[in-house]
Amino acid sequence: MSQDTTRRAVLGAAATAPVWGALPWRSARAQAANTIRIGVLNDQSGLYRDITGPGSTQAVRLAVQESGITQRGVNVEVIQADHQNRPDVGSTVVRQWIDRDGIDVIVDVPTSSVALAVNTIVRERNKVFLASGPATSDLTGAQCSPNTVHWTYDTWMLARGTGGAMVAAGGQTWFFITADYAFGHALERDTSEFVRQAGGRILGAVRTPFPGTTDFSSFLVQAQASRAQVVGLANAGGDTINSIKQAAEFGLTRRGVRLAGLLVFITDVHSLGLQTAQGLVLTETFYWDLNDRTRAFTQRLGSMPGGLRPSMVQAGCYSAVLHYLKAVGDMGVAAAKASGVDAVNRMKAMPTSDDAFGEGTIRPDGRKIHPAYLFQVKAPNESRYAWDYYTLLQTVPADQAFRPLAAGGCALVRS
Amino acid sequence: MDEIFGIPAPLLFGQLLLGLINGAFYALLSLGLAVIFGMLNVINFTHGAQFMMGAFVAWMLLNWAGLGYWWALLVAPLVVGLTGVIIEKTMISRLYKLDHLYGLLLTFGVGLVIEGVFRNEFGSSGMPYRIPAELQGSWDLGFMFMPIYRGWVVIVAIVACLATWLVIEKTKIGSYLRAATENPALVQAFGINVPRMMTLTYGAGVALAAFAGVLAAPIYSVNPQMGANLIIIVFAVVVIGGMGSILGSVVTGFTLGVIEGLTKVFWPEASSTVIFVVMAIVLLTRPAGLFGRA
Repeated sequence: MSQDTTRRAVLGAAATAPVWGALPWRSARAQAANTIRIGVLNDQSGLYRDITGPGSTQAVRLAVQESGITQRGVNVEVIQADHQNRPDVGSTVVRQWIDRDGIDVIVDVPTSSVALAVNTIVRERNKVFLASGPATSDLTGAQCSPNTVHWTYDTWMLARGTGGAMVAAGGQTWFFITADYAFGHALERDTSEFVRQAGGRILGAVRTPFPGTTDFSSFLVQAQASRAQVVGLANAGGDTINSIKQAAEFGLTRRGVRLAGLLVFITDVHSLGLQTAQGLVLTETFYWDLNDRTRAFTQRLGSMPGGLRPSMVQAGCYSAVLHYLKAVGDMGVAAAKASGVDAVNRMKAMPTSDDAFGEGTIRPDGRKIHPAYLFQVKAPNESRYAWDYYTLLQTVPADQAFRPLAAGGCALVRS
Repeated sequence: MDEIFGIPAPLLFGQLLLGLINGAFYALLSLGLAVIFGMLNVINFTHGAQFMMGAFVAWMLLNWAGLGYWWALLVAPLVVGLTGVIIEKTMISRLYKLDHLYGLLLTFGVGLVIEGVFRNEFGSSGMPYRIPAELQGSWDLGFMFMPIYRGWVVIVAIVACLATWLVIEKTKIGSYLRAATENPALVQAFGINVPRMMTLTYGAGVALAAFAGVLAAPIYSVNPQMGANLIIIVFAVVVIGGMGSILGSVVTGFTLGVIEGLTKVFWPEASSTVIFVVMAIVLLTRPAGLFGRA
């Protein structure tokens, strides 16, 4: 009730504020033809802010700077807005951005339900959507679009990485605690498939309201009562943090239940503290301390909001925008602005290369391909310096990390 | 195994108990709101932010001053209560003569500002805060493992609710407060400083929120939006209980905790909605709330 009226009314105005800031551009029509406008849309005020938020914008700005495109006379403008994890707010902002402010490319958009809405609008308007934040594998499956590149990770990859590792380690029976929206459903579905294929069984699942669930104890007790060996957390951000914290409190792990945090970011580990998070197995495609290139990238990015290290989503925003601007430089600003499909096709035709993800490619269904890494969270005494959190368990090669092209059911592949 | 409505009985008992624990938080928070509304006629929308500040002050005390949980229980409510006193003195006190709506908008805005400042400073994923060593571990109740800390929360919440009720209903200062609510001009004429009493009441209500925040810090993620998630429910609790009714908010807090807990078993997807359904039904049948005076 009041969340849907009072908060929306007040925050809705705040959400569109950055759009008003964009108004003066409309007078500078002479410049417009030679300007690429990037809109970073994500969670600036809620539970996904640290994973995406202003840090993503910072990463996009670094990409613009390093692309060298401005030295060639092309203007690039970056603006950001808050979608509050709500499809209605996100859709409104994107329509205004495209129809009124001439935005060419939408970047980031965590929260799968919002991303699926944005995916449709961007396709209708023939612009470009570089999806780094959302997880649902539907973006390159049933709902794939010639205007969208799904960059950083997806639910299939998480299921294969963390879910696969858990099953391999003997976790045969599963119970899911699932965030009740597109992302949670997709993650539960993709993980269940892996578990069943490996001969495991799903004993049950509980759907938790999103957003707005703080107490998971009731769900954890239900999970424990199912006698499943593994409790799969098909949620993210603050929900995952609360689930893990409360699972420790209720002693689930002490009684032999294994927690599978299917989507855990480094900022979540930081928030939990190593004492609570130690031993967790998780899958990411970027870790700041993975190799010399990722460390160099992290250093160039500079100090992040809140003193955090970059998440894989923020690194993905950097990588995606860098590659997009390469394509723009290659095909010319006018052509890139004229057709989002052409710009994405050009991106697909070029191999990707950057410090955050190394070398990679983009498949016809819009899936960006790179390796995934299975990590284990270190114990407090193993961590030697600030943010030294992960031990690398296994590298999943790029060609196995994501769902096979034919299996996604993407219409772009069949045609 | 015995089953009730298809749910194993032990699981159901466990959920009832967990509902009671969550109800303890609702009761503590709605108590502060009810005290403030009862005396000041202000709907304190900053309450969630003040709950969050309590948890953050506990974190700061631990990390910056080396003071643990037990100190935080004492110090955090004082510190946050003091900020409440300042807010009341400088802002809220100017709005008493105006419509309720102004106080609501002001406190809502102040809450947003406080949350924004904390978000900017600490990010959104939150800070680790551990259960104090004395309260770690769990009891085996037969039907479930009950963390000792949760038991502690229920006991402390009940004691705090009782103490507040005693102060307001059974002490001299409580009788002044109640009198000032009925007729401030008359009480003022008897030589009692009503404005100061209002200030201290607001401070006390805020301190209760901060106290709940410290209790919550070890089990919920300590993050800037932790209060915003809870406060909407707590408002519903206050409305159902009857605005300003102390007994109403305490009883309703615990009851709704249990109702929500049961919904989490039978229909988890609806667990965030069920409280508002109850609220709608109560408002339709008893507009003044269950314990309110029409």
